[in-house]
Amino acid sequence: MHLNRYGQVGIFMASAAGLQLAAVAAGRGFLLTQMTMSAYYTLAVLGISLLMGYAGQISLGHAGFVAVGGYTSAVLTTLDLTPYRAQPLVAASQGLGLLLARPDLYGGELLVVQPLVACILAVALATLLAFVVGIPVLKLKGHYLAMATLGVGTIVYSLALGTQWLGAADGISSVPPFPLPFGASVGGPAGGRVVNYYVAVALLGAAMLLLLNLVQARVGRALRAIHGAEDAAAAMGVDTASLKLKTFVLSAALAALAGVFLTHYNGGIGPSEASVMKSVKYMAIVAVGGMGSLWGTLGMSLALNFLSLRGYFGAYDDVVFGLILVGMMLFAPEGLLALQPRRALAALRLRLRRREDGEEPR
Amino acid sequence: MSALFFQYLMAGLTYGMIYAVVGMGFNIIYNATGVINFAQGEFVMLGGMIAVSLVKILPLPLAILLAVLATMVVGALVELVFIRWLSSPSVLRMIIITVGISILIREAALLIWGQNVRALPYFTGSEITSLSIGGARMSPQVLWTLGACSALVALTTAFFRWSSTGKQMRACASNRVAASLCGLPTRNLVTASFILSAGMGALAGCVVSPITYTQYNIGTGLAMKGFTVAILGGLGSSLAAVAAGLVLGVLEAFAVSVMPSAYKDAVSITLLLAILFLRPTGLFAARVAYRP
Amino acid sequence: MTPFLEVSGVSKRFGGIQAVSGVSFQVRRGMIKAVIGPNGAGKTTLFNMVSGFSAPDHGTITFGGHPIHGCRPHQVAARGISRTFQNIRLFEHLSALENVMVGRHLRSRAGFLAGMLDLGWARREATAMRGLALEVMAFLGIEALADAEATSLAYGQQRAVELARALASDPELVLLDEPAAGLNMRETRDLAGLITRIRDRGITVLLVEHDMSLVMEICDEVLVLSYGEKIAEADPRTVQRDPQVVKVYLGEEEC
Repeated sequence: MHLNRYGQVGIFMASAAGLQLAAVAAGRGFLLTQMTMSAYYTLAVLGISLLMGYAGQISLGHAGFVAVGGYTSAVLTTLDLTPYRAQPLVAASQGLGLLLARPDLYGGELLVVQPLVACILAVALATLLAFVVGIPVLKLKGHYLAMATLGVGTIVYSLALGTQWLGAADGISSVPPFPLPFGASVGGPAGGRVVNYYVAVALLGAAMLLLLNLVQARVGRALRAIHGAEDAAAAMGVDTASLKLKTFVLSAALAALAGVFLTHYNGGIGPSEASVMKSVKYMAIVAVGGMGSLWGTLGMSLALNFLSLRGYFGAYDDVVFGLILVGMMLFAPEGLLALQPRRALAALRLRLRRREDGEEPR
Repeated sequence: MSALFFQYLMAGLTYGMIYAVVGMGFNIIYNATGVINFAQGEFVMLGGMIAVSLVKILPLPLAILLAVLATMVVGALVELVFIRWLSSPSVLRMIIITVGISILIREAALLIWGQNVRALPYFTGSEITSLSIGGARMSPQVLWTLGACSALVALTTAFFRWSSTGKQMRACASNRVAASLCGLPTRNLVTASFILSAGMGALAGCVVSPITYTQYNIGTGLAMKGFTVAILGGLGSSLAAVAAGLVLGVLEAFAVSVMPSAYKDAVSITLLLAILFLRPTGLFAARVAYRP
Repeated sequence: MTPFLEVSGVSKRFGGIQAVSGVSFQVRRGMIKAVIGPNGAGKTTLFNMVSGFSAPDHGTITFGGHPIHGCRPHQVAARGISRTFQNIRLFEHLSALENVMVGRHLRSRAGFLAGMLDLGWARREATAMRGLALEVMAFLGIEALADAEATSLAYGQQRAVELARALASDPELVLLDEPAAGLNMRETRDLAGLITRIRDRGITVLLVEHDMSLVMEICDEVLVLSYGEKIAEADPRTVQRDPQVVKVYLGEEEC
């Protein structure tokens, strides 16, 4: 039976619910914490899947965008504005209901930015950053965007690490929960674990649906066309540079959104969230999930992030992802699902035979 | 004041020379394959690390020589194992592979040497020895670095200009198909470019080690600066890369004098982004960076 | 009639090679015009300049009164010029129908937001796009191939899909780069009829071609290039008798 996109997302949500019930029934409800975090990381990974698989661009700095989202939200929702109450901008914001007074740990009162407003500002900042970085490099060949995004990731990392008001090596903690309708929230007391899990799954499902729609729509078709034959796409009137830029910006916005929710969920964020290795991890997941396969990427991302967060790879976490990356690119650049062992073997045999014949393989 | 200025200048030139050598390493492989080798910085790290280990049992010059040779073997292995047998891989694929290789080398280094910061002993004298030149004082190691890197640049340039292998590598760089049709062993020349560039990186890693120290994870930062230099000089041009390296090193050294040193990396990366934004073909070279 | 596409004095140099030097010509609305010449005469370079793939070093190109030299390919396409490629460039992993639908990219406007939200109007637009793409495929007699993966089709069929893609944007001018290359005699004859029918739809055709019988049969005018320079421009009969053209083609059959 061939399911449409809505059906597919429905099945995903149902399986997620099944997993939750199974975890709780098995008395291992604590696993939901890592499952929730995996879902948020997957949100960022999906954007990279779109960028790599459809627009054919590499980003080595998406962890930077996750961190921009997370840190912006963290700063805005923890920075006490009480001393600046008289400032026109702060006063006006308060008048508009953009600020929130909440109790701090010691019984005093903090005046901070509303989490929703902070979230919007965080995503907007990441979007702007991606736009500025993307304009020049997307007109050039692949390695420029790779290096430039690596640069962005490194800058964000070293700024986070070296700036006192961003908490330096400790990062920012005591970030408040993100309030949602019906009394739910992202983050907060451990009792909300199940609610938090479903919030994350719902967000992921919604994002997945939007992206599935997109790749089937006119824009997605044009992106796939660019991947197939860029010059022909341009000759058909596809503004290739603009589409790639927009895809890059969209993926950065998704990463920032993931960063915001992850930060509220964990109650804080540290500089390691921006590290280059994180970006490489995201890329490795897309590589193993399959270029241009959103479902493959989603599945792999949930699984690998979960295993990594649970510490299954131990001290070899980075090695595992490095090996995945190299192995996938060497043997199955289209992803695991596209792997055709028999065909690969045949190709290898042909190559060996040619070499025996003294012919240079091309 | 002028003595301080001179010290910043010398520090800048020292780092700049290293960046230049890494940038040249990028260029050599880029010319041969059209691909940026993201594991370039790891060669520098390996050179320093291996030499530090060997110097415990061997005299310094021999330790350095062996470290350079060992890194060259690693460079050759990288090409032979991961790259040689791919038939016309896409740029995307090659970038991802070299990124993966850089992580594997780094993690291997972490397993072997741990997280400790290491350094080779000063080649002459110790860290308190200083030479006085025109009233300013500096470590003789700075001279070693400048001298060794200059020699390296000169030798590489001579190699490409006059030696037969160097000429073949240039031919291969300018038109791979034509070179292959003329009977040049293009595959072997690509291997040679990895060996050469690994060796250069390793030697640079050795001479600079007493000043800058070596750690398993210095590769990424060096790679990014080397790439900045290669872009600044216009990809593919060696002497321009040297000029660009010196400019970047000096710029960085003076930037540190006015802002917290935690932001030192941000200077060069901002510069990289600015160049990509304003003039992606490089500041010094007329050669285009856009390669179909 | 006023000129529709006007190329005046364009030159292009690649390194030490002057690929095109000072070529001028006009294409009038509703005609079929061919550019011929020996290999390396600069035909494809000329095509690439008209379609925005490379900018001329000197000279101007105007289309419908608007200068288009130096425009990027998608901007040229937006002005109503569509093209095919000498070595077929179909989109891998897309079906033949999807390939043709990309040809309608210009005439549709659903963007990121409309696509992600699967808005009603974007859906209707997609349905209309599909219908029009199928219509163009039917016009070329290849609607049965719609769901096949484009790059897995036979050579002649791939050419037809590429042509359908080029026509799907409702261009005013279509540039065909060696449309008969690799086709057998019968297929070439069919192609001749097809190109005439494309013209009859009101689409102007400019083509590069090696097959002289095709050129002589369907073209209203022929432009002859040799070593990047224009050596003749006239109706097929006159060109065929031009001594300079004969000299250039000496030894080649059919001339």
